[in-house]
Amino acid sequence: MYDIKETFRANSVPEALELLRAHPGAIPVCGGTDVMIHLKERKLRQAALVGIMDIASLQGIYLEQTGDLFIGSGTCFDSIYQNPLARACVPMLADACNQVGSPQIRSVATIGGNLCNGAVSADSVPSLLVLNAELELTSLEGKRVVKAVDFHTGPGKTVLETDRELLTGIRIPKASYEGHGGKYLKFGQRNAMEIATLGCAVNCALSPDGTIRDFAIAFGVAAPRPIRCAKAESLMLGRRPTGALLKELRRAVLLECAPRESWRASLELRTQLIQELAERASRCAIEHAGGSLDD
Amino acid sequence: MHAFRPTNELARMDFSISPEGDVSWYTGTFSTDEKIAGREDLCGEHYAVPAVHACHLENNTCFAYMDGRRMVVYSCNQVPHTLRRNIAEAIGMPLGDVRVVKPFLGGGFGNKQDTMYEPLVALASQRLGGRCVAITLSREETFVNTRTRHGFDMTIAAAADEAGDLTHRGIRINSNGGSYAAHTHAVAAYAVTSNFQTYKASAVQIGESSTVYTNLPSAAAMRGYGIPQLNFAMESQMEDIARRNGWDPIDFRLQNINEAGFVDPFDKFTVRTCGLRECVEQGRRLCDWDRKRKEYDAFNKTSPNLKKGLGMALFSYKIGVYPLQLESGSCRIVMNEDGSAQIMVGCAELGQGSDTAMCQIVSQITTIPEQKLSVCSAQDTDITPYDNGAYASRQTYISGSGAKLAAEKLVDTILTHAARTYKLPKDELRLASEQIWHRDSAVCTLAQLCTYINFVNDQKTDTDHITAEATFTMKNICLAYGVSFMDLEVDVPVGKVKIRKVYCLQDSGKIINPQLAEGQMHGGVAMGIGYALGEQMLFDAATGRPLNNNLLDYKIPTCMDIPDMEIRFVETHEDSAPFGAKGLAEPPLIPQAAAVRNAILHATGVGMHKLPMNPQNLVHAFGEAGLIAQ
Amino acid sequence: MIKVIHCTVNGKVREIAVDERESLTDMLRLRLGLTSVKKGCEAGECGACTVLIDGVAKNSCILLAVWADGHEIITVEGIRGKNGLLHPVQQAFVDEAAIQCGFCTPGLVLTGVELVNSGKRYTGEQLREKISGHLCRCTGYENILNALEKVVGVGSQPTA
Repeated sequence: MYDIKETFRANSVPEALELLRAHPGAIPVCGGTDVMIHLKERKLRQAALVGIMDIASLQGIYLEQTGDLFIGSGTCFDSIYQNPLARACVPMLADACNQVGSPQIRSVATIGGNLCNGAVSADSVPSLLVLNAELELTSLEGKRVVKAVDFHTGPGKTVLETDRELLTGIRIPKASYEGHGGKYLKFGQRNAMEIATLGCAVNCALSPDGTIRDFAIAFGVAAPRPIRCAKAESLMLGRRPTGALLKELRRAVLLECAPRESWRASLELRTQLIQELAERASRCAIEHAGGSLDD
Repeated sequence: MHAFRPTNELARMDFSISPEGDVSWYTGTFSTDEKIAGREDLCGEHYAVPAVHACHLENNTCFAYMDGRRMVVYSCNQVPHTLRRNIAEAIGMPLGDVRVVKPFLGGGFGNKQDTMYEPLVALASQRLGGRCVAITLSREETFVNTRTRHGFDMTIAAAADEAGDLTHRGIRINSNGGSYAAHTHAVAAYAVTSNFQTYKASAVQIGESSTVYTNLPSAAAMRGYGIPQLNFAMESQMEDIARRNGWDPIDFRLQNINEAGFVDPFDKFTVRTCGLRECVEQGRRLCDWDRKRKEYDAFNKTSPNLKKGLGMALFSYKIGVYPLQLESGSCRIVMNEDGSAQIMVGCAELGQGSDTAMCQIVSQITTIPEQKLSVCSAQDTDITPYDNGAYASRQTYISGSGAKLAAEKLVDTILTHAARTYKLPKDELRLASEQIWHRDSAVCTLAQLCTYINFVNDQKTDTDHITAEATFTMKNICLAYGVSFMDLEVDVPVGKVKIRKVYCLQDSGKIINPQLAEGQMHGGVAMGIGYALGEQMLFDAATGRPLNNNLLDYKIPTCMDIPDMEIRFVETHEDSAPFGAKGLAEPPLIPQAAAVRNAILHATGVGMHKLPMNPQNLVHAFGEAGLIAQ
Repeated sequence: MIKVIHCTVNGKVREIAVDERESLTDMLRLRLGLTSVKKGCEAGECGACTVLIDGVAKNSCILLAVWADGHEIITVEGIRGKNGLLHPVQQAFVDEAAIQCGFCTPGLVLTGVELVNSGKRYTGEQLREKISGHLCRCTGYENILNALEKVVGVGSQPTA
């Protein structure tokens, strides 16, 4: 038996927010694939759970009038992977969603849960970071928008005010995906059922002359929180993509990462993966953006 | 750790073998440097393998209740009769008052060979006036509170002369037994002696072994009983010797293997059948060894990051444990009036298909089709006759012999009744297609005979419910042999191995059920690949807290990690076995780690000395070898 | 606290009193006696507890029984044909010797049923991915893949 005090089921966002306010410390549950593990490990005790899986407005993927892509926070990974819009606009994110856990997990686990859990290894997060995603946080007082890159504050910690706010949606600006190519690479020991030893996402666009117009790179598990590497990104802008440039990038990203030694992976392995995945993801992203690499 | 073992050393076993095959036991100072037994001519290399877990999908569980004066214990255990004896002794009940039932169980692989929580639930039930008491372990508990495969630190040495003949061989094994005795030194002893059964040497051979207590989970049996550990060191070393001398690794091995006629120096048995050479030679052709090795060499010269390799490793493995221990298996067959029958065997089905094999053996001899035979699959010590249980890949070889003997007795009984009933000479009768035949004419069907003998009421005939029971005492042992060829790619900068294909060839004697046999091979290969590439039990060095005792962090292979497999059997005919069958199920695991290691060596030039060969260990090794630019 | 939920289990409408703290696995095993639902890890890592919820294969161990309120659940006990014959996926498992200890089998069969119901055909590589949420320690997956190939593989005949 799980260590649960009480459970509720909300049918709308306001109802969920009322329940969260009425029961301080209550935890919203959609897929539950992280929350239930926390309960099993006794990291959570005597929990009050607010089920938000029935809230229709949290699910679905659509294009807003501006051309921005909106993803409901309660959309499960498999739905994102299968969604034609997501695959057309943000294939790197769709692919990342298909690399989470296992098929059974992807059928219930949601992108919103992946964000709110705050894990540094969350597979959808590096892609959201390089796509300049904006997160819509809803409270009874209204909505605020936080950039994905500002959402995580530390291991398992986010800016979400859990007693009064719900992550309701994720917006990916048209400018971040249109004309762009992207790639998320996950590294795990096994080829399925894995937690990322390291994750790296790159999103880029090229100018007509073949030089790099826009470049974003983000990592999971390379620092205490998912990070973008701003200095390394600026290094790439206006440059022609070459093997030599990618060698520069390998060195540059290391300066902005703060990998740690853990029993899951040594510092040496993570340091090597940061460089190697940065180069490999960049190569793919540049190719997806229509470029080719001059070596 | 244990007051009576001040150095924490549980047991030692040291010996030398003379060129004539005589074993001398000694106990001197246990050497700790690279020189085995302190000898300059036996400088060894060090290999380390971690403790790993069987990870049967069903966690360990048992329950007990009392039925009158008797204790009934249900447990997912591989050796129900041994368990009964242990429970009776542990809780002080007469053996006959304890009944153990083994229902279908969800995998065991040796971990369910030990007595675990059964005496505890029985004792608790006893104290609670016979109420039912159960202990069901979680996955986390199963990892640390059952048994593991021993971690070994091994130092292994061998020298060959210019002609490629092995001269000296030696090995030292330090075995980590965990916190309680369990099988402890039996496993290391099995490994240290088996090192001298696959290859020969012209001069001295030395083995040293020690098992120590540590504050880690207790180690015991797991698929291969010490031999997977040994094989990793032994076959890595054979590869390295061949490589150093520029010899073909297959030719070098075949020049030095022991074959039929080999006399085991310890147990003094003679090997009667050996298909090892045929396995290796067939495998060499099957995997296109000679062409591919050259092709990959050429490819690797111009490819710094992606490397291709083809490697192999071979093994031999004892089936059963005679003469160290009594080996016996019993079977009872009970006929029904309609000519069908029940088979009761004490050997435990745990997914390996032994019930099916027993059924086939009985069917073959009695001519009763398999669909008319049923095996009591829940071994129940009240019902099924004695058997040592499931271990040492012994079931078809030893319990199968019991089934064959019982079936032969049954046929004899049937013919005796037929002779008496139809007043025909018994030696002119035979059983074929469920009928009794006299010369070329059918006398009666089995069903007719059984019905008649069961119900006849003519005031003079004695009725009989036809049954047969037999116990077979195996006074033999045989060796299974095999080889694995591993075709793989290494992504050097990230230390990731992709196995493209595995070719496994095995001599398990006559194959009784080809479909199930192949399935056993698949499973063994997969478990061996897990051992090679990913599995290890991790503990916090300061506190001993288990770090990865769950199925996310303990990396058993998923189906995305398993390559295509090609399985072949080289069928020898083992005279000591029923229909010529040897054991099968443990062996396919044994050579996989060394085969992967040797293929990585072929691909990259880096020979690994420890398991698992996961990305972390490979990246470290490739970095040290200068394959990864810093 | 005990809550009463309503769901359809193997085609039968059920009203079940469940503990708020219990998993769907426990509800199915202990309250309904559906012991084909296996416990291998209780953490969503092995797939032995997989059931079909509204036709989709999900891990029942990390799903609360109360969340199943209003949903349709199918376990292996519920997939036999009306004539009592094995489901084509089960028959393929038997024919291909895809079962050894059998502990992972119910979950894998249900994922197989989900694939059959999709009406699609799958390549070998796709099948590997589709069953990657099921750990099997006995078979090396080879015969399981062969069995699924037979019912939903690219070259297979559609099943009724």
